[in-house]
Amino acid sequence: MDNKRLDNKKVVETTKAAEREYGVGHKLIGKNYETADLYAKVTGSAKYAEDFRADGMLFCKLLLSPMPHARVKHIDAKAALAMPGVKAILTADDLPAPADTLTDNGTVIKASKWGERGLTMEPVYQGEPILAVAAVDELTAAEAIEKIQIDFEPLPFVVDPLDTLRPGGPNPRTDGNVWTRPPATASQGPGTPAITELKWTESDFAELKKGRLPMGKTPDEWTYGDLDSGFKNAALVLDETFITPDTSHQTLETRSAMAYWRNGKVYIYTGTQSTAQTLPAIARWLNIDPEKVVFISEYTGGGFGSKITGGVTMIIPALLAKKTNAPVMMRISREEETFIGRARPGFQGRMKVGFSKEGRITALDMFVVCDNGPYDAVGDSPSSGRIVSLLYQPQAMRWRGVTVLTNTPPRSAQSSPGGLQGIVIIEPIIAKAARRLGLDQVGIRRINCPEGKAELGPAIQGKRQYATSSFLKEALDRGAEQFKWAERVARTPKRIGTTVRGVGVSLSCYVGGTIGFDGLLVIKPDGRITFQSGIGNLGTESVIDVHRVGAEVLGVPWEKCDVTWGNTAKNLPFTCVSGGSQTTHAMTRAAYATAMDAKKKLQEIAAKKLGGKPEQYEVANERVFRKGGGAGMTLAQAAKHAIELGGIYDGHEAADDLHKLTKASVAAFAGQGLVGAAKDNYPRDGNTYSYVASFAEVEVDIETGKYYIVDFLASADVGTVIHPRALGGQVLGRSTLGIGHAIGQKWVFDPRYGEMLSKRFYHSKPPTILDVPVDMQWSALDIPDPETPVGARGVGEPPVGGGCASVLNALSDALGDEIFQRAPVNADTILTSLEAGRPMQHPLMAHI
Amino acid sequence: MAEKASFKVIEDLPKEDVPKAVSRRNFIKGVITSGVAVSSASYLFRASSLLQGQQLAAGIGERLITLNVNGQQRRVDVMKQETLAWTLRYKLGLTGTKLGCDRAECGSCTVLIEDIPLYSCSVLTHTVRGRKVMTIEGLASADGTLHPVQQGVIDEQGFQCAFCMSGFIMTTVGYLKTNPNPTRQKLAHGVSGNLCRCQDYDKILTALMRGADNTRRSVLG
Repeated sequence: MDNKRLDNKKVVETTKAAEREYGVGHKLIGKNYETADLYAKVTGSAKYAEDFRADGMLFCKLLLSPMPHARVKHIDAKAALAMPGVKAILTADDLPAPADTLTDNGTVIKASKWGERGLTMEPVYQGEPILAVAAVDELTAAEAIEKIQIDFEPLPFVVDPLDTLRPGGPNPRTDGNVWTRPPATASQGPGTPAITELKWTESDFAELKKGRLPMGKTPDEWTYGDLDSGFKNAALVLDETFITPDTSHQTLETRSAMAYWRNGKVYIYTGTQSTAQTLPAIARWLNIDPEKVVFISEYTGGGFGSKITGGVTMIIPALLAKKTNAPVMMRISREEETFIGRARPGFQGRMKVGFSKEGRITALDMFVVCDNGPYDAVGDSPSSGRIVSLLYQPQAMRWRGVTVLTNTPPRSAQSSPGGLQGIVIIEPIIAKAARRLGLDQVGIRRINCPEGKAELGPAIQGKRQYATSSFLKEALDRGAEQFKWAERVARTPKRIGTTVRGVGVSLSCYVGGTIGFDGLLVIKPDGRITFQSGIGNLGTESVIDVHRVGAEVLGVPWEKCDVTWGNTAKNLPFTCVSGGSQTTHAMTRAAYATAMDAKKKLQEIAAKKLGGKPEQYEVANERVFRKGGGAGMTLAQAAKHAIELGGIYDGHEAADDLHKLTKASVAAFAGQGLVGAAKDNYPRDGNTYSYVASFAEVEVDIETGKYYIVDFLASADVGTVIHPRALGGQVLGRSTLGIGHAIGQKWVFDPRYGEMLSKRFYHSKPPTILDVPVDMQWSALDIPDPETPVGARGVGEPPVGGGCASVLNALSDALGDEIFQRAPVNADTILTSLEAGRPMQHPLMAHI
Repeated sequence: MAEKASFKVIEDLPKEDVPKAVSRRNFIKGVITSGVAVSSASYLFRASSLLQGQQLAAGIGERLITLNVNGQQRRVDVMKQETLAWTLRYKLGLTGTKLGCDRAECGSCTVLIEDIPLYSCSVLTHTVRGRKVMTIEGLASADGTLHPVQQGVIDEQGFQCAFCMSGFIMTTVGYLKTNPNPTRQKLAHGVSGNLCRCQDYDKILTALMRGADNTRRSVLG
């Protein structure tokens, strides 16, 4: 889609939600403010990885595999190394041995022999880096790469998961084609995932001829409830096959990296989704002590799951820097990023759903094939089952899944991993069921909607897990009202000339938070507070936003607060990765705990100096003072007293339960002021999820197949609102990421040579500003989650599935159920299917 | 119906004003005639002077030219095939201009050349001699006062990761010079050559509209 009509006249005006007031009763929480990183961004002085320079900096270039699977027989680099200006070559032989992981509770996880290492002698996807050359400039490095001769032995390859599951089908890895996890044992816990071989039978594949997904043996399966009687008692049973697209993350900043060594320490600059947790990842990849790593990541140009602890390729400039004793910059081009920059796994999915005549889901049988790419197992497949079970509360459900390896670029979590795919498979079925049963689309979702401590997934030791809370019904009702759902549905005529309108609604949810991380703040003798933030700066602003909670607890105006982020040498606390929408929940909890720790220390210092008991003092207005008036002191004075007292008060000692990274950071601040440091030990009953109800209206021109999203609204249940503008950016931004999956984003492969054809933006089509309505709407319930002290939950992933599915449902409302059975839906699909009266794309082939 | 490009495209300028190789077609021609292989992976650049005096591929030699960037005359050695984005980022230290694709797809590298927004990844540096180049670093006044469009972004907390931000801002500043009072729809068309992967389009448009409003006020004031 390129272009919105300029004469776009809205027929139904959405009720504006933007005027809603958040943060009632709070000073900072729920209020808009200017984040501390914004000025640097608008003036161009914000430094992303490729903006750093160092004296004598070399450049490196990568040599990428031209084949999807091959063995490197011989490398001849003589001519390249003889070139003036060429400094060094790095091959897989130069990589450190993969390190085992020592977890915080002392368990050793052995390094996987199938893991990705950055360079390889057996490339398992086209575009996998084989070697790198460092030279005085980039052109020389590239010329050297051209002079290198490599003998490849081509190996069997697979780009469509179903091809390797066929009897006698080729294997993508020499050891097999699927990830399996050996059953848990009492002493060992869950087994480590392994690559094994799985083939289905010819009779399994008979289904394919009928256009339905074959359902052979799967390594993973769970069930709850009575599936058979659920189907038997159903008024309507639908059995549908649906394909979701593989989509590259395509962060606008590629994973360029710069590195140098100084005094035995490596300094690495690259984008990340967690400053604090990327450091141990680097140490593991380089197999060196974490204390030898300094990691700098002040600004990150997008992540979406592709940079959770940065990319393993960042060790390439680090190792070349060591070899050449000079700083090395590795600029990753857009095309290289398409290969190495991660992607969402596409699903080939099938679902059989039974509905009562009221629309309640009585039984749900879900089967998914997840295209994993060649490396580490992604969690999308199991995640899809859990999300569907929570979001639609089926009375009985079975989930079966297989994570299949292919010789396509490596996958990783992408916003709502598995959630998007699960939601996109089930939502069109629910839309179809509502039409068959004569039910309202909002009504059928309302009747299946999770509420309160809703259950999810299978029973573990006889008990099903449950959510901390869900107010999705309220979000659905409020969204329907703001979107004027009933008015839009009742509007006639649906078709004017060649234009047909359709409306769609979808439920959506994802994990919304973790627990157990640390916070760290220092009240300085000048009365200012510094918050240490280990969160990656991706632009969601959680890196700064969560500390507003600390400032509010301590009664300090935001103007007196500083936030430190983006450099592990600046002493950061142990922090969650910004993935899986954890951050706002996890780090507001840690921020709250830390502020409470500082408050307690302030009260104790006041009691020591001024008499009485700590609890007789309160903290407000930059002071600690006797309740009801009387003696007190400023925070500045208290910070000076903290330094005199030493010990726990000024960071000379630290609480035992803090993570070792936090303890080291606390020690670095010893004597500088009152140090507040705490682990989030607050209880939580249930698992944290956030929810969104999404609404879309489309206009389809049935003569051209072209369509426009005319209106969109997302109504969110994400707990307490911390920063409305940042939240709105996330709710609509992530919705649009989902919408991209409905309207155009996908991969295309040449199956004969395993060659990717969709290497550029104009091939893979991420949405532009003209693809979305010109005034999208969002709102949030602002109901606190009862299981977390601040009430805030995360938001990144929850809107994604609904963004995609609401548009798909609007399309089927306009065009009927016989147009598409895969996403994205393009103009050619609409035209050919409308003409034929049935879906005209191949029902199952991947990457078309 | 696609709206006609709202700023003057370079071909519409009087002949004598047209820098010879600014269009994409001429840009590619320029690179090819320089005798340097254009890698399919990226546009590549020589940044060192270590190899001076050695016999290299024909036409690679650097040449000292003077550029007018952000109101200053800057003397810089450039290669024939060097793009303006590279010169700005690696020779003049102006890293606010970002490279998102290096292929005229994403708009992150947009700068103003004689007030017209252009992708600096696709402009050869030697073609802009004697023309006024403005980058994100040149927008704020010498006293630190932000440009009204920059201020609009601050006012509305526009953009997320902001890697695309300088491109969007430069495009908007250029667009507003000929379209000072756009609707949301028109401004969306004006910046549609810029891609935001955080997909923060709604908030971006709100911020840029605020910037347009600020700009009108500053002109009036």
